[in-house]
Amino acid sequence: MGEDADARKINHSFLRDHSYVTEADIISTVEFNHTGELLATGDKGGRVVIFQREPESKNEPHTQGEYNVYSTFQSHEPEFDYLKSLEIEEKINKIKWLPQQNAAHSLLSTNDKTIKLWKVTERDKRPEGYNLKDEEGKLKDLSTVTSLQVPVLKPMDLMVEVSPRRIFANGHTYHINSISVNSDCETYMSADDLRINLWHLAITDRSFNIVDIKPANMEDLTEVITASEFHPHHCNLFVYSSSKGSLRLCDMRASALCDKHSKLFEEPEDPSNRSFFSEIISSVSDVKFSHSGRFMLTRDYLTVKVWDLNMETKPIETYQVHDYLRSKLCSLYENDCIFDKFECAWNGSDSVIMTGAYNNFFRMFDRNTKRDVTLEASRESSKPRAILKPRRVCVGGKRRKDDISVDSLDFTKKILHTAWHPAENIIAIAATNNLYIFQDKVNSEMH
Amino acid sequence: MFARGIKRKCFDGEEDIEGTLAGFKSVPSYNLQRQSLLDMSLVKLQLCHMLVEPNLCRSVLIANTVRQIQEEMTQDGTWQVINAQNTGQASLDRLVSSDILCRSTKEQNEGKLVPSYSGFSKDFENTPSQDIISDLSTVTSVQAPRNPQSNNVWEMENSQENRGNFQKSLDQIFETLENKNPNSVEDLFSDVDNSYYDLDTVLTGMMNNTKMGHCDVLESFSSQTTTNSNSNCKSDINELDHIVEILVES
Repeated sequence: MGEDADARKINHSFLRDHSYVTEADIISTVEFNHTGELLATGDKGGRVVIFQREPESKNEPHTQGEYNVYSTFQSHEPEFDYLKSLEIEEKINKIKWLPQQNAAHSLLSTNDKTIKLWKVTERDKRPEGYNLKDEEGKLKDLSTVTSLQVPVLKPMDLMVEVSPRRIFANGHTYHINSISVNSDCETYMSADDLRINLWHLAITDRSFNIVDIKPANMEDLTEVITASEFHPHHCNLFVYSSSKGSLRLCDMRASALCDKHSKLFEEPEDPSNRSFFSEIISSVSDVKFSHSGRFMLTRDYLTVKVWDLNMETKPIETYQVHDYLRSKLCSLYENDCIFDKFECAWNGSDSVIMTGAYNNFFRMFDRNTKRDVTLEASRESSKPRAILKPRRVCVGGKRRKDDISVDSLDFTKKILHTAWHPAENIIAIAATNNLYIFQDKVNSEMH
Repeated sequence: MFARGIKRKCFDGEEDIEGTLAGFKSVPSYNLQRQSLLDMSLVKLQLCHMLVEPNLCRSVLIANTVRQIQEEMTQDGTWQVINAQNTGQASLDRLVSSDILCRSTKEQNEGKLVPSYSGFSKDFENTPSQDIISDLSTVTSVQAPRNPQSNNVWEMENSQENRGNFQKSLDQIFETLENKNPNSVEDLFSDVDNSYYDLDTVLTGMMNNTKMGHCDVLESFSSQTTTNSNSNCKSDINELDHIVEILVES
């Protein structure tokens, strides 16, 4: 085949290309913890990096609230499924923090098949003055011991220790796309393409299947699960989205197997916009409950939508992320970009929503003022502590200075993963292998 | 993107590209575009990265797109004209029998490919507000092909093969996910003959006219018109063989 011939040619051009990125460094998920003090990122190489926010100090005001590396560890390793002769990628698909219950922090990280519970602890003191051991830990010569002393705790350099506490394996035949911790802090769910399982955080050898959309005959398969999340307050409710653009709200009190939804949220298709790509672009790539629990935010290929849990017929708000791509859908289908899964995020007060796009652009929509802004996350266009300049994509016609035309957008620079601090206006943007953290200046308004 | 290989036409002095593209909104171009999309989708379904398990969501979305095109082509009559050309007989049974003829005796006895056929017939049943049998029985009085040129025959004949290939490709994709025992797949195709016409080259040739000239493709197809159903199944089986090769990494 033609492809084989191409593979035989060795491509050295990447060595000259200074923007070549080691694939293992590509960030695949970003998540703040519940206080916003910690920010975790996962990458394609199976590593997790945790950043911690520096406490604000009056002495050095310019470093207030900066995030620095707190801990790095290897969460998942590549595996090989001998039965199917296929590799299992170590890429971290999702990280979710558990609510903090003691001095330690805990998080769940997952790849395609296995979920792991990690405990992050600090050690900043160590005991000194043992009676039987000396400073280096060697046993003392007992004849030299003349008196007893009580060991005292002395401060030491901060050491962050991360240990795997639970490994939840063999629960999924298909690739895990989401995990979500329940508000009861005891259970969590994991969803793959066709099934959703409920786990207890302390039990690794069992899980309950709560959704199963696998057809009896795989040839009848036309719809898969794309994302799922527990309701932030009601521990019995969860939502899952599908590749056909529908959302299903399920109540675990209704039955053990929640195949029958309690509510189905679906917007009828606009017949004037119908094309062969209609279904693909309606596939929901991410769903997030608002902090209030009253709304849901969904992202499909061209829009973000806000849904009211009380209205199933259509979303209450729809925002166009990059409608200029509508005429390019065939090219985007050809180069597979149409299958990119963008995430979306709420701000702490549920008044602003954010999502990523191409060319390292990300978009924010203010639900109250109905204003939106496009910003860029790249080294070239922003220096540290400089204010981000709004960007604009022009679609022919009038072109202002600094506008980017649709045809010069870089589709390899996609911002799929974004996160918003739970309380403050701090956002984390993953641009391929770089993490950008932007903060709102104290006195400026969000526009 | 679709305009590859299509000669620019001059419309009353309009020579800019936008003017010529506007002229392409006529029906024959739409058929070509749709066919091109269908072929692109089939190639995508086959060229999954088999080292890691293929992305199921992507495969399902592509498969749905192919089904959609197939349905539209069925409603257009583009899909069925080939049946009219083959024989006068028009019923669902006709499709059954030709399909079965394409399989080797061993596979027929094992009945393993039958489920894939029933899946196919379900697709037909899903076509909204259409009585399939009555539709097929009127195929003899179907409207004349919109494109009376010879390449229309090739286009529809290719659709016939694509349909069979598509269904089998789909089944293969989904069944590999199911399949816990790779040996059964090998058993299924252990007696398949390798020496058949490589459909992949044709498809990739259509995508970018570099591998095979347009004319070459037409010629190879026209040489098969005499043994029509046979050639269809030969390509089908070779299609499966190719996929199996990827699966077992031979």
